[in-house]
Amino acid sequence: MSLLEVRDLTVSYTRRGRWGGVHARPAVHGVSFAVEPGEVVAVVGESGSGKTTTAQAVIGLLPPNGRLDGGQILLGGTDIAGWSQRRLQTVRGAQIGLVPQDPANSLNPVKPVGVQIGEALRLHRRGDRRTIAHRVVELLERVGLPDPEVRARQYPHELSGGMRQRVLIAIAVALEPRLIIADEPTSALDVTVQRRILDLIDDLRAESGTAVLLVTHDLGVAMDRSDRLVVMKDGRIEERGATRAVLGAPQAAYTARLLRDAPALRAPEFLSVGTARTTAGATAGTAAEEASREPAVVVRDLVKEYRAGGRPFRAVDGVSFEVPRGTTHALVGESGSGKTTTARMVMRLAEPTSGSVAIGGVETAGVRGARLRALRRDVQLVYQNPYGSLDPRQSVADIVEEPLRNFGLGDRAGRRERVRDLLDRVALPAAVLGRRPRELSGGQRQRVAIARALAPGPKVVVLDEAVSALDVSVQAQILDLLGELQRDLGLTYLFISHDLAVVRQVSHTVSVMSKGRIVETGTTRRLFENPGHAYTRALLAAVPGTAHQLAGQEVGR
Amino acid sequence: MRPGLILSWALITLVALWALVPGVFTGYDPIAGTPAEKLRAPGPGHLFGTDAVGRDLFARVVHGAVHSLSGAFVAVAVGLLLGTLLGLVAGSVRGALDEIVMRVVDVLLSVPGLLLALTVIILLGPGTVNVAVAVGVGSVASFARLARSEVVRVRRTDYVEAAFGSGGRFAAVLWRHVLPNSLVPVVALAALQFGVAILAISTLGFLGYGAEPPTPEWGLLISEGRNYLATAWWLTTLPGTVVVAVVLAASRISRSIGREDG
Amino acid sequence: MSGSARYLLSRAGQAVLVLWAAFTAGYVLLQLLPGDAILIKFQNPELGLSPEQIAEIRSYYGTDGPGAYLHTLLGFLRGDFGYSIDTGTPVAERLAEGLPATAKLAGTAFALAVLIAVAVAFASCHTRLSRLRGALQAVPSLFVSVPAFWLGIVLIQVFSFRLRLVPVIGGSEVQQLLLPVLTLAVPISAPIAQILARSLDQVRAQPFVPVVAAKGASPGWILWRHVARNALPPTLTVAGLTFGELIAGSVVTETVFGRNGVGRLTEQAVNAQDTPVLLAVVVLAATVFVLVNLVVDLLYPVLDPRLRRAVA
Repeated sequence: MSLLEVRDLTVSYTRRGRWGGVHARPAVHGVSFAVEPGEVVAVVGESGSGKTTTAQAVIGLLPPNGRLDGGQILLGGTDIAGWSQRRLQTVRGAQIGLVPQDPANSLNPVKPVGVQIGEALRLHRRGDRRTIAHRVVELLERVGLPDPEVRARQYPHELSGGMRQRVLIAIAVALEPRLIIADEPTSALDVTVQRRILDLIDDLRAESGTAVLLVTHDLGVAMDRSDRLVVMKDGRIEERGATRAVLGAPQAAYTARLLRDAPALRAPEFLSVGTARTTAGATAGTAAEEASREPAVVVRDLVKEYRAGGRPFRAVDGVSFEVPRGTTHALVGESGSGKTTTARMVMRLAEPTSGSVAIGGVETAGVRGARLRALRRDVQLVYQNPYGSLDPRQSVADIVEEPLRNFGLGDRAGRRERVRDLLDRVALPAAVLGRRPRELSGGQRQRVAIARALAPGPKVVVLDEAVSALDVSVQAQILDLLGELQRDLGLTYLFISHDLAVVRQVSHTVSVMSKGRIVETGTTRRLFENPGHAYTRALLAAVPGTAHQLAGQEVGR
Repeated sequence: MRPGLILSWALITLVALWALVPGVFTGYDPIAGTPAEKLRAPGPGHLFGTDAVGRDLFARVVHGAVHSLSGAFVAVAVGLLLGTLLGLVAGSVRGALDEIVMRVVDVLLSVPGLLLALTVIILLGPGTVNVAVAVGVGSVASFARLARSEVVRVRRTDYVEAAFGSGGRFAAVLWRHVLPNSLVPVVALAALQFGVAILAISTLGFLGYGAEPPTPEWGLLISEGRNYLATAWWLTTLPGTVVVAVVLAASRISRSIGREDG
Repeated sequence: MSGSARYLLSRAGQAVLVLWAAFTAGYVLLQLLPGDAILIKFQNPELGLSPEQIAEIRSYYGTDGPGAYLHTLLGFLRGDFGYSIDTGTPVAERLAEGLPATAKLAGTAFALAVLIAVAVAFASCHTRLSRLRGALQAVPSLFVSVPAFWLGIVLIQVFSFRLRLVPVIGGSEVQQLLLPVLTLAVPISAPIAQILARSLDQVRAQPFVPVVAAKGASPGWILWRHVARNALPPTLTVAGLTFGELIAGSVVTETVFGRNGVGRLTEQAVNAQDTPVLLAVVVLAATVFVLVNLVVDLLYPVLDPRLRRAVA
């Protein structure tokens, strides 16, 4: 008998209409799968696929507007789908544990973490105050937190993201449930932390024989960590089976596409400076000559110092690099490495404490007023979050036209014409001209942001995590677009990212940053094939999905 | 649009029409009464009944709309213009000026609105315009604080930084992005303050600092009706109900501003 | 010096600064009225002041310019608020007469307002019937739209004249207090109920709530042990802000019900253009408001560990 068997699960979300009527929008249709004792089943899909809704339905914690329309949820052979909330309370925590998505907000901010772990034991009456306190310390130690007695008395904000996720795992395993639902447990964490957390879950599973239902958008994570795979799209199952079999020879076209788009799993040829992607070279000479000319961006000894509580803190500490024209240079690092601050100083959106930046041979330090504005024609920025970087009250046409108006480029008719060209360039239909950002999808918004960046005809574009917020298939499309634009327009990119797999695919040269410093710089090929620094090696090893490539396994394509 | 919101707009429109063309809604004179018909209970002839000198109460409420509405308009205009200007300047310039403006706002907020209004009235003397100005002064601080916090919030957004990044001048970015995006909550507050101002003006009218009798100002109407509590309930209850309905409608409209579904 | 001590000192300093500025602004504004006219008023034989009293008042208001300002400021710090133009008696005396009654009225009304607010907010949060929930959610906006003076009149009409439950004149102290307290409490309860209901809803939408539910907690456990605690700080802030309204509301309530107190005194002062009394009331109101909000601010770090600063 399976530990968990989901049969024909159907869930919908209800929404109150303008006139008080109730509309139901189906989110999951007829989903069936099983989890055997001790195994890891990964549910994979992009946003809107219904993977999280499925997990929520299993534990009976759908959002208030969610409704279970049909199907069975058999836990150890008993159908709990029709159970009352009161009856489900005896199952939650005791038989099914939950590891949530967002460690930053998943703990009550006003209670010490020890109390929150102990609460699971208290709710199910496992021992008196003293035995619970004792067990809490044991659990904290088990999930790998040093000084567990001290940690138990600390509040969530006093712990790092990785530590909070460990606390949440301690809560999930406190009662040794037979099944743990892990909903995107590491999406909000840095790769090296992600790896350690996934290792911890694996260890606990091996130790106690608990089964795991792992919900993830990351095919690499699913590949590394799961025994069986369920691929979902638009609330339906596209494909399921043993992980190796599915990824080795996908049956559904959608699975094949996901595999093709997942950056960690597609290993294209490395780009190199000698083969700078430009066709504009016809007028500027050969690619090699192009590269040998003055670099588009030269950064020397850049320092940014903040004062935090009277003590100076160096967010960026002596960073230097060059970007040859027409190539992509990536700044890679985990959160807090100083990569975004560096990008902002290159843009002169932040003032460097010391050091210099030259764009196209022009020194930017101390440039103000009209000259600074002129400089900004040459270097443009695309932000990570396309929801926040577009003015919600402007139409797409106004957004893309704005730089042209600012720089006084062309008359009214000319500008309109140019806006149409730019939208065409980023493959958006003219129909979006009159729309506002909220009427567009995430990928479309990012295309608008790119069109705006291209409007003044820049030489350098800084891409700050520009594809990180997007689903893999959209991400792949935007990356292809960026490559195409670079070839056609001879653009130089400074590509800021935490995602090594993406960096491998798009950049010619890479600088790895950690704690405000560059620990290693080189061509992408050299860095990936022969990393020199221990930190680079740790980063590379942590990328999900690469374990299989290193082992030489052929991934289906 | 939801039914409650439609009702609110309909009510505000109706009251605005009372203020503009009162003659369309009632044939009775609001000032001159018919002593023979004094203290009649509400009925077909007199919708809201009549008062102690035989004036039709409905006519007095309809003709009183212009006093309450124009007073509320003046009050909101004073608060909105003065407060928003202060908040915008403080939020966009920052620095020492911001500090000074916000301390002044703290001081204004520390004194209850009614006492602030009474202070203004003791200085300027009673009267409809003075009461409106007094109520407006009381709301300057709220407008200033909201406008400033909105400007500061919008200035921190990526799209404002992106506007500077694409070559925007300070004034252009302020005008094109900061102002329109920070004004929506301010407009919502103005709608809310419209209701609050009607409340405050009627309170000051009730205390006797507004219009002189026999002006049919709403607060004054209720104050005059106090003498007939035992015999003529309608003299206080019905004008008060109108005030409550108008204030409720204003707050409902305020809540719908800046939201998609209303 | 520790971080929390520094925080406490800086907040207290800010409070003093605001009070000083409020006093100064009030003083300057009320000085705009012609000063000599005030002295002439005191000499009006109708007030029945003895020559010694007039000489005392003259010495209090006698000085001009910055000297007078300093004199008045020092007087206020000592609890000496000058003389009422209306009656010629010291303002402090008149305030002392009215204060106990107003404090009783306002204190009881505040307690009742909090009670109403908590009941309305939790009921609307806890109920599963969507109709009842909608009705309860509309209660605060109704309460805030009711003019206090009108509410008082309607209460008198219903309870005293129709139902004859509460006598218009006389009656026990509780009976006398009942309607005024209700009049004052209803409008004040509205903003507290609004913010509490909104905070409860916001906290319930936070990601940590399903985590607690996943441990096997019941809805009641979640609401009382987790959600309510997190909704407290914003509610406390708004409750502190209503203290200003409490004082303003007592002006209206005391007038409607003919009760003596600081509110009634204020109304009489405005009618008589009695500026020293009004200045004293304004400064008193500002002091209460600033002190209450200072206490709220200082309570914040106790309620929210994120605001506790590390000891330097």
